Amino acid sequence: MTGTHKGTPVVQFVGVSKSFGDVKAVDDVSFDIRRGEFFSILGPSGCGKTTTLRLLAGFEEPDEDGGEVRLLGETVNKKRPYERKIAMVFQNYALFPHLDVTRNVSFGLEQRKTPKSEIEDRVRRALEMVRLKPDVFSKRLPGQLSGGQRQRVALARALVLEPAILLLDEPLGAIDLKLRKEMQLELKSLNQQLGTTFVYVTHDQEEALTMSDRIAVMDNGRVAQLGTPAEIYENPRTASVARFIGESNFFNGQAGRRTGGRWVVAQPDGGSFEVPDHPGITDACQVQIAVRPEWMDVQKPDSIPPGENALMGTVRDIIYLGETMHVIVTVPGTGDVTVALRNEGQLIKPLLWKRGDTAAVAWLPEDCQILEAE
Amino acid sequence: MSALRERALAWLYTRPQARAWALLAPGGFWLVAFFLVPLLLMFVYSLMPRGIYGGVEPGFTLEHYARFIDPLYLQVLQRTFAWSIACTVICLFLGYPVAYVIARSSRWRTFLLFLVVLPFWTSFLVRTFAMIFLMRDTGLVNSWLMRLGLTEEPVTMLYTPFAVMIGLVYGFLPFMILPIYASLEKLDSSLLEAAEVLGARPAARFRRITLPLSMPGVVAGSLLVFIPALGSFLTSDLLGGAKQVMIGNLVQNQFSSARNWPFGSAASFIVMALVLAAVMWYLHVKDRPVGLEITK
Repeated sequence: MTGTHKGTPVVQFVGVSKSFGDVKAVDDVSFDIRRGEFFSILGPSGCGKTTTLRLLAGFEEPDEDGGEVRLLGETVNKKRPYERKIAMVFQNYALFPHLDVTRNVSFGLEQRKTPKSEIEDRVRRALEMVRLKPDVFSKRLPGQLSGGQRQRVALARALVLEPAILLLDEPLGAIDLKLRKEMQLELKSLNQQLGTTFVYVTHDQEEALTMSDRIAVMDNGRVAQLGTPAEIYENPRTASVARFIGESNFFNGQAGRRTGGRWVVAQPDGGSFEVPDHPGITDACQVQIAVRPEWMDVQKPDSIPPGENALMGTVRDIIYLGETMHVIVTVPGTGDVTVALRNEGQLIKPLLWKRGDTAAVAWLPEDCQILEAE
Repeated sequence: MSALRERALAWLYTRPQARAWALLAPGGFWLVAFFLVPLLLMFVYSLMPRGIYGGVEPGFTLEHYARFIDPLYLQVLQRTFAWSIACTVICLFLGYPVAYVIARSSRWRTFLLFLVVLPFWTSFLVRTFAMIFLMRDTGLVNSWLMRLGLTEEPVTMLYTPFAVMIGLVYGFLPFMILPIYASLEKLDSSLLEAAEVLGARPAARFRRITLPLSMPGVVAGSLLVFIPALGSFLTSDLLGGAKQVMIGNLVQNQFSSARNWPFGSAASFIVMALVLAAVMWYLHVKDRPVGLEITK
């Protein structure tokens, strides 16, 4: 590919809207997807992520004056799926039950009038790419395959077309956890190895964080935030993003004094904490922040490290999770605050806390994520 | 009493096989007593000499089977098969699109299905008589044709093969539509979407996905039309008159006015054997893949 080509986004959504009756499923969505990128669209069910993918695939058309969908620089609003240079892996695999593995995989090549001599070779290579032995699997029907194998056939059927863009609609939803982790890594490495742009729709935040170069978090038909996994996890823009990606503790209050590049935020019930300076904070405005559980600590009331924020409470519960321990502290006026502590070996170094203890949750002001109002 | 009932239920509860037999027994008894036994009786009759006043006399003979091999009867047999096949093919071509539309519709689905089964609310006999009124020389169709000046003389429709075919197709069409509808309704629409992304245009999607996956419905519908069509006698009797005899009329005639029960039985068994052979051939042929071939 030439340098100029590389600059053009493979996919462009320009103010795209799509309504079903009175419901705006996708509402003025704009984003670019770069060549070769692993791009995830993440959100809870009903957020518009599947409609976005279907607009991209061509199963749905944007509303009249509902913006433009561009593929490889060309506006494709009115183009049918078979006229677009895309391939897609479906949520339930959508393998043709009456065709064996070879014919499932060769289906697209046949439709695109690929010479027969070429088909056999490409099918074989595609099956090898997804690590299915052609000799073992080529003559099997989808009904004779396990979920994971079906998944691989569906992937081979899409990849055999060597598409510029591969759309994946929650493809790993139906397979078990261990295999899912394995497939995540495999998908990621296929993306890097082939240079194909992957557009991946999921409601699983961990999956999106693991695989994506960038994530668009959708909520209510809009893109709530777009960024790298780290940007989204460490700097969520709104409460709904923070809530959806990982776990968070939320604190509210009113901005008071500003001293040394920090604001003091007063809580309604008398507590207070400090947050770093932020363009969104003005005098006496309402502030909402989120703090990740693993960035917090539990401290004795009399030994809070200087410079840290601390709120008093009572230990309500302790949950053993293996890698981490969650200490849940009830803070009056705020509610339950979850603190994740690294498990350093309970048998050698038992936790100091037990239910009913008075304790402070403490965190550094720099670890406050300042949220925008939605 | 209730203790006995409890004990019987407890006994059945631990014995799944006995339970299955208990559930099968009533219906099984019905079929054995009222289908299998009469069928065997008929078979025995077909091998016995004819009685003078109907019925049979003791003895063994194959003459009734031999008698069937006569150009007169073979012609009836041939006509019956040709008409049944034609009826099946016409029902298929008329019924498939209807089933397709019903399976694709959402709001109207229940209503359309209701319309398909609506004719069953009146007796087949009444409906066939209604067709006589429609097709006779002074009937509705002819009076309109003449009123519109399309023809001077009434067009003879009644008592022709045409009338019989109209009647057969009309009578059996729902049996083609319903099974095809059932198989199309189960068709997962994501398969069609997958085919579309893979580059298949509408015609290719139909040929390679919809049609092959609805084959079970096509097979079931064809059998449900073909087999009863072969045995039908009412339609050909009322709409075909004396000239358009089907094998069903022949059998009925032997049992009623001709009082030749053994010959009627023999004819029935010959038809049954032929139906069985035809169905087995059909089931064998339909397993040859349709629309699955890789384009050469």
